[in-house]
Amino acid sequence: MIKVIGLHKYFGDLEVLKGINAKIHKGEVVCIIGPSGSGKSTFLRCLNLLEEPTKGEIILDGVPLIEHKKDIDLLRQKVGMVFQQFNLFPNLTVLENITLAPCKVMKLSPAAAKEKAMALLTRVGLAEKADQYPSRLSGGQKQRVAIARALAMDPEVMLFDEPTSALDPEMVGEVLDVMQQLAKDGMTMAVVTHEMGFAREVASRVFYMDEGIIYEEGTPDAIFGTPQKVRTREFLSKVL
Amino acid sequence: MEILYNLLEGFSNGIYLTLIKDNRYEVLIRGFGNSILITVLAAAIGILLGLLLAILRLRGKGILASFANGYITVIRGTPSVVQLTIIYFIILGQSGLPDVLVASIAFGINSGAYVAEIIRAGIMAVDRGQMEAGRSLGLSYPKTMRYIIVPQAIKNVLPALGNELIVLVKETAIAGYIGVVDLQKGGVSIASVTYNYMVPLLCVAYIYLLLTTTMAAGLNVLERRLRRSD
Ligand SMILES: Nc1ncnc2c1ncn2[C@@H]1O[C@H](COP(=O)(O)OP(=O)(O)OP(=O)(O)O)[C@@H](O)[C@H]1O
Ligand SMILES: [Mg+2]
Repeated sequence: MIKVIGLHKYFGDLEVLKGINAKIHKGEVVCIIGPSGSGKSTFLRCLNLLEEPTKGEIILDGVPLIEHKKDIDLLRQKVGMVFQQFNLFPNLTVLENITLAPCKVMKLSPAAAKEKAMALLTRVGLAEKADQYPSRLSGGQKQRVAIARALAMDPEVMLFDEPTSALDPEMVGEVLDVMQQLAKDGMTMAVVTHEMGFAREVASRVFYMDEGIIYEEGTPDAIFGTPQKVRTREFLSKVL
Repeated sequence: MEILYNLLEGFSNGIYLTLIKDNRYEVLIRGFGNSILITVLAAAIGILLGLLLAILRLRGKGILASFANGYITVIRGTPSVVQLTIIYFIILGQSGLPDVLVASIAFGINSGAYVAEIIRAGIMAVDRGQMEAGRSLGLSYPKTMRYIIVPQAIKNVLPALGNELIVLVKETAIAGYIGVVDLQKGGVSIASVTYNYMVPLLCVAYIYLLLTTTMAAGLNVLERRLRRSD
């Protein structure tokens, strides 16, 4: 589904990604862990070209993204993204947040878009908030709306960049539950997270990122149970 | 005491002479109407132009961005009365457009440069994540601008835009330079036939003051209402 070959990313002189190779298969949930500053966000953001890779290839469904940069709006529809800071549109209601892209990009009729949005809101347990503005929601509710908003474009892959890091502890669960349900429904997901419990339970594979590469990867059991490399072990002993 | 009495008597005679006799107050009313008309048209032109220039500048490269930069530098770096007379006597003089419209265009062109800088600041103040969220949903840059960024930016800078409108009203008082009878020109023309300057010019000043303070009060109400909706 997604294939990354020799991905490099520089910010000026700073080489953040130093040659990443990875595959994410359909239906897989890949959790990306690693120390702060190791390039997890940068890697994720390269996958929908929010960051432009300096070198390398990203192939989505057989389409090399970088060569098709001018069709990026079309390609991005296939890739949903959920941000740490939610990034809901404060000038729009919850419902409008969700229907905007389906109406303006997929050219869905307002009625059809609304019906779809309500179904998604029901799925994340927030149907009664449809007409509220985002400022009236709690953090956990905002993030669930953000997930519904991304799902409204019928993406084939969902990217999550620390979706629970900005939340009060008591709200983390409600967001992880939605994500876990999504995984169960077969969504392909790449999740940067510090929630090791979630990674252990839900991930099909775990990428440990360090020094600008995927330093070690494997099943959750392998990474959390018997990590092979010293740095992985050191990191895990700090966070677990 | 004597002086004060003379002054008062002179003033009330002056009111009769300059405002009531021969229905001269109508000149002020017509002038006031023209001032308002020019302000409204110029504000509309200024907003559209300012929005366009702001976005061109923000994209930051290419001839269009350089054009926007040059435009803003020239307009902000020259007196508006010079711009007005250049546009009237050199550029639009032969166009056959009504003078009021030429004045509106000139003030709109002027105001656009200031509005551009205001809106640009407003757009830059919108969180970067908003653009990223829009783009990640497959919305194009122009659509993200239109539905997400610009509405938030305008709301952020509404007070500054309101101030610009108040500045614009006062700025239009130079419209007389190209023969438009606006409020100021109306006052001056009454003064020049009656040889009484005090009454008509104080009237003009008072009307401008009333207008700008009313606008400022309206702006205050609007701001408070917006803050409540946050
Ligand atoms: N736009 C940018 N310009 C310059 N440097 C950047 C930029 N974005 C990220 N970096 C740098 O790239 C490195 C990797 O950042 P990144 O955000 O990808 O790390 P991360 O693994 O997501 O960290 P965290 O766990 O703190 O979110 C950091 O050193 C960061 O300072
Ligand atoms: Mg990060």
